[in-house]
Amino acid sequence: MYAQMVKTDGTRVKSLDDMEPEERAFQQRIEAGQKIEPKEWMPEAYRKTLVRQISQHAHSEIVGQLPEGNWITRAPTLERKAILLAKVQDEAGHGLYLYCAAETLGISRDEMYEQLHSGKAKYSSIFNYPTLSWADIGAIGWLVDGAAIMNQVPLQRCSYGPYARAMVRICKEESFHQRQGFDILAKMVKGTPAQKAMVQDALDRWWWPSLMMFGPSDDASVHSAQSMAWKIKQNSNDELRQKFVDQTVPQADYLGLTVPDPELKWNETKGGYDFGEPDWKEFFEVIAGNGLCNAERLGARRKAWDDGAWFREGLLAHAAKAEARRTTAPAAAE
Amino acid sequence: MSVTPTPSGDGTVLFEFLQRMGDNALILGHRLSEWCGHAPALEEDIALANTALDLIGQTQLWLGLAGEVEGKGRTADNLAYLRDATEFRNVLLVERPNGDFGKTLMRQFLFDAWHLVILQALRSAADKRIADIAEKAAKEVAYHLDRSRDLIVRLGDGTAESHRRMQEALDELWPYTGELFIGDTGDAELAAAGIIPAPESLKGAWDDVVGETLAEATLKKPADGYMHKGGKRGVHTEHMGFILAEMQFLQRAYPCATW
Ligand SMILES: [Fe+2]
Ligand SMILES: [Fe+2]
Repeated sequence: MYAQMVKTDGTRVKSLDDMEPEERAFQQRIEAGQKIEPKEWMPEAYRKTLVRQISQHAHSEIVGQLPEGNWITRAPTLERKAILLAKVQDEAGHGLYLYCAAETLGISRDEMYEQLHSGKAKYSSIFNYPTLSWADIGAIGWLVDGAAIMNQVPLQRCSYGPYARAMVRICKEESFHQRQGFDILAKMVKGTPAQKAMVQDALDRWWWPSLMMFGPSDDASVHSAQSMAWKIKQNSNDELRQKFVDQTVPQADYLGLTVPDPELKWNETKGGYDFGEPDWKEFFEVIAGNGLCNAERLGARRKAWDDGAWFREGLLAHAAKAEARRTTAPAAAE
Repeated sequence: MSVTPTPSGDGTVLFEFLQRMGDNALILGHRLSEWCGHAPALEEDIALANTALDLIGQTQLWLGLAGEVEGKGRTADNLAYLRDATEFRNVLLVERPNGDFGKTLMRQFLFDAWHLVILQALRSAADKRIADIAEKAAKEVAYHLDRSRDLIVRLGDGTAESHRRMQEALDELWPYTGELFIGDTGDAELAAAGIIPAPESLKGAWDDVVGETLAEATLKKPADGYMHKGGKRGVHTEHMGFILAEMQFLQRAYPCATW
């Protein structure tokens, strides 16, 4: 998930009877499957939760440029380079739509950046892992974009209109990314033994972090229950993780790879795989900022922002000058 | 397949020219892609990736045709990934390091202004394969130039600091622009056959665009002093070896692999 463990500000989910008329009408509209639009009344906690979730999602898209950008200059063919450039450009575009969706809730993009740079806002844990070989670029497309799709497809039905609509556009592109990632690996496993080993190594390193993307079990979480009541979350983390494993394991088999989980086993009764627990201790460390690449990723984003200050100020100053020239000499500007 | 005969009878001078076009696009595309995720605004990240993507696409076309003209079975990838620095034919300007965002933009503008002029001329090349590539590339590059030109003006005429940085970038890069307009005997042969415009003939149109833009940007056009050259015949700066070490790593480390 690009948005992990989003808090909702509540201690319990209110029943309709507990609500004031305004909120009750709002909740009933959500239950009737109607979309909430920016100018409409919404509970403050709903607004805040969405800002957290959408901005976290947006930050993940832009921080996510870094691990993949790491291989653009080393892509092995011109075609692979072009595909990767296009993918990373898509991810930046996703960031842009999502920031715009969040802005409809009354927060500016600069404020969201400020929250990212100060560490107040999070981004997905997955982007704090390093990309060490070309196979990692395939693995990210296959697993990371794959896990993102699992989460984002239901979000197309999210109750908040601008977020749901952004998701429709984003999901189409994410499916391309997943196929392209799989294609990188499919080509490599048919290649030399060294290439095949590279792919297995990538799966070994990316499998567990990908499962962690869905977040820890949230069956008992009040935040999750509230998000579900608001329809900004449709499935539990465990449900999505199960779906992801069930979809991905046959693909790993097809590639001739071994999923690095000794407990992985088909369970005929449930019609899905049984699998082991990710290392949640590692997950919480990474979320807390202690992962291998946290400092580098956040440092790179802060540096880009700080180094670019003169550029943004220059553009603003020019716009102000142009405006002043227009108002002082209207005849000349016509 | 119809191969337009070149004046020298073999494809050597044409091969040389096509590598120059392809290598300029490849190396500049490489430099731009180094920015990925580090640009000063999200819109710039997107725009740089887009420009890099266009340039890599153009590389595939130019180097693909170069391999065909050479006739030794080399593909665009073979040329991009398996030639050493002395075999690369890009101008020195495109291998300049990115520097701050101002230098990247200035390098882009100075190159785009030339790139558009040459591509527009190549649209009427006597060799249809060249004219077709130029037709497609000119559309993309017209957009690159619109963008880089606009940013040069806004930053030149922005704050005192943005002005200073843009002037510094211009002064540093200016000595690398002369090479774009210096022809050799191969260029002369191809120009005489109506396949390419003579490099010298592009200077007037380039001067116009650059002059107007710099004036609007309130930047001072440097004097045409000593100009660096060498890239077009394979004599590069020290940067080139590192660009290739990075770019060609996988193809060199795993020679039998396909990707
Ligand atoms: Fe994305
Ligand atoms: Fe994606």
